[in-house]
Amino acid sequence: MVLSHKLLVVGGSMWDSIRDHAAFIHFLRASHSFAAFFLDQSSTSIFAPRATPAHSIFGLSMLVLAICGAIFLVVAGFLLFTLIRYRHRRGYTVREPAQIYGSTQVELSWTVIPILIVVVLFLSTARVIFTTQSIPKPASALDVVVIGHQFWWEFRYPKLGIVTANELHVPVSDPAHPTPTYLTMSSADTDHSFWVPRLAGKLDVIPNKINTMWIDPEKAGLYLGQCAQYCGVQHAKMLIRVYADTPDEFATWVAAQRQPALQSSTVAEGRAVFQANACVNCHTISGTAARGTFGPDLSHLASRSTIASGSIPLTQENLHAFIDDPAHFKPGVLMPAMHLNDHDLKAVTQYLLTLH
Amino acid sequence: MATQTQVTVNPALQRNWLSYVQDWVTTVDHKKIGFLYIGYALIFLIVAGVEALLMRIQLAVPNNTFVSPEVFNRLFTMHGTTMVFFVGMPILFGFGNYLVPLMIGARDMAFPRLNAFSFWISAFGGLLLYFSYFAGSGLYGAGTAPDVGWFAYAPLTSRVFSPGHSTDYWTLSIFISGIGSIGTALNLVATTLCMRCPGMKLSRMPLLVWLYLVTSGLVFVTISPLTAAQIMLCIDRYLGGHFFDTQAGGSAVLWMHFFWIFGHPEVYILVLPAFAFANEIIPVFSRKAIFGYPAMVAASVGIGFISLSVWAHHMFTVGMGPGPNAFFTFSTMVISVPTGIKIFNWLATLWGGNIHFTVPMKFAIAFLFQFLIAGLTGIMLSVSPFDWQLGNSYFVVAHFHYVLVGAILFMIFSAFYYWYPKMTGRMLSDRMGNWHFWLFLIGFHLTFDFMHIPGLLGMPRRIYTYEADRGWEIWNLIVSSGAIFQAIAVLIFAWNLVVSYFKGEKSGPDPWDAWTLEWSTSSPPPSYNFATIPTVESRRPLWDRKHPEEPDSHYE
Repeated sequence: MVLSHKLLVVGGSMWDSIRDHAAFIHFLRASHSFAAFFLDQSSTSIFAPRATPAHSIFGLSMLVLAICGAIFLVVAGFLLFTLIRYRHRRGYTVREPAQIYGSTQVELSWTVIPILIVVVLFLSTARVIFTTQSIPKPASALDVVVIGHQFWWEFRYPKLGIVTANELHVPVSDPAHPTPTYLTMSSADTDHSFWVPRLAGKLDVIPNKINTMWIDPEKAGLYLGQCAQYCGVQHAKMLIRVYADTPDEFATWVAAQRQPALQSSTVAEGRAVFQANACVNCHTISGTAARGTFGPDLSHLASRSTIASGSIPLTQENLHAFIDDPAHFKPGVLMPAMHLNDHDLKAVTQYLLTLH
Repeated sequence: MATQTQVTVNPALQRNWLSYVQDWVTTVDHKKIGFLYIGYALIFLIVAGVEALLMRIQLAVPNNTFVSPEVFNRLFTMHGTTMVFFVGMPILFGFGNYLVPLMIGARDMAFPRLNAFSFWISAFGGLLLYFSYFAGSGLYGAGTAPDVGWFAYAPLTSRVFSPGHSTDYWTLSIFISGIGSIGTALNLVATTLCMRCPGMKLSRMPLLVWLYLVTSGLVFVTISPLTAAQIMLCIDRYLGGHFFDTQAGGSAVLWMHFFWIFGHPEVYILVLPAFAFANEIIPVFSRKAIFGYPAMVAASVGIGFISLSVWAHHMFTVGMGPGPNAFFTFSTMVISVPTGIKIFNWLATLWGGNIHFTVPMKFAIAFLFQFLIAGLTGIMLSVSPFDWQLGNSYFVVAHFHYVLVGAILFMIFSAFYYWYPKMTGRMLSDRMGNWHFWLFLIGFHLTFDFMHIPGLLGMPRRIYTYEADRGWEIWNLIVSSGAIFQAIAVLIFAWNLVVSYFKGEKSGPDPWDAWTLEWSTSSPPPSYNFATIPTVESRRPLWDRKHPEEPDSHYE
């Protein structure tokens, strides 16, 4: 333990000196703008970090890329030179070239140099592992419980009494007053993995195991991601949307989500259809008899911009078609086709669209 | 005597096709069994290649509906399982079977009947896997195939999430082919240790034989946990066990450990034979002895041992905590040292040589460049925080295809061009060989170079379709277009194998002016391999014969 601690200190100071070295900073900036030029168009690029965990991975990855790139240039260049220099030429008169069986000095040099590179790489890596995975949680942190389901995400805010799905709202974290979000994750069924590349690396969401990670978005906006561990038929459409809200926006959102579901009398018919059908077995709508937990909580469905785990925009037509036949959008989805008649279908759609 | 009259066969009957079939089915000749392994693997190579093509058609454009998600999930499961267990392993065992006895001056493997048994039980495993296309759903209706992914993470494999019998076919086929793998590994070890010709000390064995020895040792150690895991899964599914049943307190992570303690050494089981081919082919076409033979042996044995300590680098995203993450980062980085030694020794072998760019050498040189890149992306993935981003993304898919195709398959092609003359007595066509090489090279780089990029842009693996707004479209289209080049190249190769068998130029016993014992006998070798068992005095017995004035034995 003492040894590992010492190694970490050494690694940390090495990493610091590399990181603070003017040339490396320059290189980092140059590579960032290079990466930005090619890769920033993507909303899910790992080279466009917007939170501390993603930033520290990005910094480390640039060091690794630089070392690996240098090794490639040296070895591939040497190989290419050898191939050209010693290619068979017409008029090669000697029967066979000189036979050389080996050299201990040469073998030693290409054993020791890689070992040194490995030590540098390992110590820099260990530093990032420990700073990301074992730092104390500040009191100002927001807690969210993430539960992976076959093909959607459940987000619970235990201290705020909020339950929602597929669209995670978190506050932007100001470095002066950090408000990171700590995610405590587990799965209700198979393995999943929570991956929003611009905020942090992925972490698996495994049944019967509790994992934790944290994010602290530095800029307001929408960050996209998706399930990164094969979990069944619709693994591909288990998308994640993380909304980083300004403090005001976040407070407004929280206040709205804590209200019970709207009970508008204009959609009483749709509400009755919902409660008279199997919908209530799987979905919850707060303040009503619908208390199912197999599917997403619909209490504030209309406050979300997508349905079907982020895979289709929430519009009247889409919602109508989805309730009629969910498998049309997501073959293999666990929600059955409800076979409602046109009238009921329309009424339920109208009702759900009022649940802001 | 009475027994002699019984074996006399009517000459007219000998031409009967059934007698050929009977000959192949009952053979215990290591060369014929080698052929069977290779032929069987080539058929599955085509099948799994077609599965890959279907996936690439589906992924060429976003929101494609060429195949349904269910079909796509079966395709990647079958592609991975087939390529690892029913292409990679058998083709490498096939070459090992054929070459190891010839290279150590033996007349057959140590246990010829076990050899035949191992092949047929492995072959049965492959057929069982594909039988699930007809029978997978059992009483649930139409046929289906396994769709749990090639590493079949729990609890997706439990009966709750995988009803029907497709997962059982997957489990049983791997269980059964594992029996064959262990049998062949045992045979290779016994043959290598006990059947070497006079004078062939361990320190004089061709490097190919050394590498097959290490590979076989790894098979022993790693197939056992894999088999144990399959049995546990069967117990969970049918006997009420809870090893991996998370709903009843079982552990999903336990399966991952069992699978990857097999799964990572498996990469080395596949790549060490590729190194083995390179160790024979690169010196012959550089016209030089291998540089640093003792270092090469030490590096191979070192890789064998270290590869048993790196498995959990497949699990950096599982949430093992900082300690294990750091340990497996370190062990994984350490394995790059002996691997580097190998690359440098090949380079030093080329240095000062007289390099002939024959078709097998072209494949071997492409292997060197591509294996270098595969190794470097491997170092990136060993940096566990970087892996939190790259793990399970298309970057990983590109990385391991760089190893499996760019390194292993390229060396397998190289081995075909190099040893086909020995196996058949005829050369493969050079013209078709060059077409095959260049088309495959272009296709390979179009596909697998560009496949890294969507991974960096956040595209996870095993998704049957993707959103159009993520910036992944153009890269996926390029990747898919490369697949077409590769498919054409493989067809040319297959055609070359067939045509050259009948019309190829006669090769004679030693077309490459090579140095190991297999080239001292006729092509193809007689069933007894050597008329008289050879005696050797150095690592390159044929060099000694060709250069009596300056034999290797003076320098080793």
